[in-house]
Amino acid sequence: MTTRSTIRRWAGVAVAAALAGSLAACATPSGGSEQGSASAEEIAAALQKESSITVWGWAPQLEPIVEAFEEKYPKIDVKLENVGTGNDHYTKLQNAIKAGTGAPDVAQVEYYALPQFALSGAFADLTGFGADELEDQYTASTWGSVSIDGGVYALPQDSGPMAMFYRADVFEKLGLEVPTTWDEYIAAGQAIHAADPNAYITNDVGDAGFTTSMIWQAGGQPYAVENGTDVTIDFADEGSTKWADTWNQLVENELVAPISSWSDEWYQGLGDGSIATLVIGAWMPGNLESGVPDAAGKWRVAPMPTYEEGVAAAAENGGGGDAVLEQSKNKLVAYGFLEFLNGPEGAAIHAANGGFPSTVADLESEDFLGYESDYFGGQKINEVLVQASKDVVPGWSYLPFQTYANSIYGDTVGQSYANASDLNEGLAAWQEASVQYGIDQGFTVNGK
Amino acid sequence: MTTEATVTEAITTARGTERRAGSRQPRLHRSVRRGSTVQRRSILLTIVMGLLALYALLPLFWLLVNSTKTQRALFSSFGLWFSGDFALWDNIVQTLTYHDGEFVRWFGNTLLYVVVGAGGATLLATLAGYALAKYDFPGRRAVFAVVLGAVAVPGTALAVPTFLMFSQLGLTNTPWAIILPSLISPFGLYLIWVYASDAVPSELLEAARIDGSGEFRTFFTVSLRLLAPGFVTVLLFTIVATWNNYFLPLIMLSESTWYPLTVGLNSWNAQATTAGGEAIYHLVITGSLLTIVPIVVAFLFLQRYWQSGLAAGSVKQ
Repeated sequence: MTTRSTIRRWAGVAVAAALAGSLAACATPSGGSEQGSASAEEIAAALQKESSITVWGWAPQLEPIVEAFEEKYPKIDVKLENVGTGNDHYTKLQNAIKAGTGAPDVAQVEYYALPQFALSGAFADLTGFGADELEDQYTASTWGSVSIDGGVYALPQDSGPMAMFYRADVFEKLGLEVPTTWDEYIAAGQAIHAADPNAYITNDVGDAGFTTSMIWQAGGQPYAVENGTDVTIDFADEGSTKWADTWNQLVENELVAPISSWSDEWYQGLGDGSIATLVIGAWMPGNLESGVPDAAGKWRVAPMPTYEEGVAAAAENGGGGDAVLEQSKNKLVAYGFLEFLNGPEGAAIHAANGGFPSTVADLESEDFLGYESDYFGGQKINEVLVQASKDVVPGWSYLPFQTYANSIYGDTVGQSYANASDLNEGLAAWQEASVQYGIDQGFTVNGK
Repeated sequence: MTTEATVTEAITTARGTERRAGSRQPRLHRSVRRGSTVQRRSILLTIVMGLLALYALLPLFWLLVNSTKTQRALFSSFGLWFSGDFALWDNIVQTLTYHDGEFVRWFGNTLLYVVVGAGGATLLATLAGYALAKYDFPGRRAVFAVVLGAVAVPGTALAVPTFLMFSQLGLTNTPWAIILPSLISPFGLYLIWVYASDAVPSELLEAARIDGSGEFRTFFTVSLRLLAPGFVTVLLFTIVATWNNYFLPLIMLSESTWYPLTVGLNSWNAQATTAGGEAIYHLVITGSLLTIVPIVVAFLFLQRYWQSGLAAGSVKQ
């Protein structure tokens, strides 16, 4: 485990080092290449000519989608490569971009990492290919994530509107109501831990993705980017403080399990009920089914608790899309593939293979909404999850160096978790370190 | 862990040989007396050794126990003891066949990298170390400084520059990207150098020259045999280093067809943390067990040569 986190840290350093170089490329105008734009007819014609593209991605749904694409366009050879998950993937991508060769034509990218690649000119602006006309196909929150600085830098694939997954058996046994507000959530946390000192309402040792999503739900907008290089970081804004003050009550009183997500203990806790809830993205059901098969029938899903009774609010947690690399020499075919992958055909295959879609048509379909999950005791889980996608608070954006910022989260906010102390202080330290890094990288950073 | 242990052992060996080679007849008396001191038992040392052994063996035990469990039992049973079902054979079959048998492919890749990379590195280090120890030529001091400097630079620090260089040459995503960097072993060279200066008497080489043997013939028929223990030590090292190589292939390779086991297993491990990904931790654990088997075998097998080589050295003259 230690080795893995060390490696992750190294990977973070490598990304950072590579990013330092790539910013220099920022000055050259992007989209200036000969393949920067094309009409729908030109793209359709390119798809009928013999050629090949390389795709980097780790989503398990990519394989069946690529097969379907090759069946429809037999002249196109798609080389699908899984170069790593998450950070490993971004490191490789950034290295290939820095090297100037070796990058794929199409790459999977999570929403949080997109601004970094988009603003440094590594990804092609897809508006020239007509991507801006696709806005209506996707949910507002995912479209907001791929529209950066007036351009469209990726097409959304999956989304992760947050909801609260909970163990119905635990709440029933203790006679507790399922919480709808964060105050009730904290009260439930106290009751669960008081009844069994080994049981907790949830696990949390500090996770950058979780923290930013929670601040997002609270209405905070700590990050703002203008003109690509003017960055503002402010973790003292109302929303950030609201979340920190609320979550402090759990952290300072040690009411969250000190277990990191995806670890052995985590799966064990999800299986035996000692972790009673997970506030996480809508993609979680598939992972519960395959990771914790023994808990079948015990999990349910409810809307994320809110700050104000009756005022629904959610945030995106995870999820991402696919982008075309500026380096690609076959952009027309790459974009044609993207339209298939992230359009109706690809989205249908994606949803059939356990992905949570970002396309309005799939989210609104009768089949999808009416699906009764056996694992969730027959609950129509998608009704809850789709509603969450509509309740996502608008206006959020990530930093143009978010993967680096996330890599130093453990040294700052993570310390507040470790010491069970005020999260506001950890956030202030995170802000300071992020501002410093941004300035070193040549951004104009305004840390309030 | 393994690498560190090997390093210590190898250093001890190198030093031990040096001492023995230097001490020939006059100090025989003293070394006998020291031998008897060693036999005195110390309870404290035994306890410390026991604890260290436990520390080293516990993860192995965990690996062995957990590779007998199904994915389901993995998270619902006590970590350090067996669950009811014994699924080891099932797990092995699944590991070898999962995703069109990519594990077997990775296994083959690792073997290729080890045989060509570690074998080549050992051969090159031996040739170079021997030459530096036994021939006098201008620039020897400079080479010495460069080699010592190279020992001090960790491979991880060079990985990204190496990647950029290989990328310019168009070699990334090919087996060469792993093999070429593994061919260089400054530490192995240094070890052979030190070892060769003592283990191969210059008089012997002169005798061979007088008998009309060419330099290469002398190296392969006479010197290489004398160098065997050092050679095997360096071979063990480079095998372990290449077998465990992670960071370099991680950044060099993007096609899973060329992955070694380390990177491949990690991609299996990461698969569960993604939306809709299938959790196959039981296969990751079984795969890890299968991965360490050859290295354990290599170690036990080569250790025999290595010890007999040491003993042979100690009674000479």
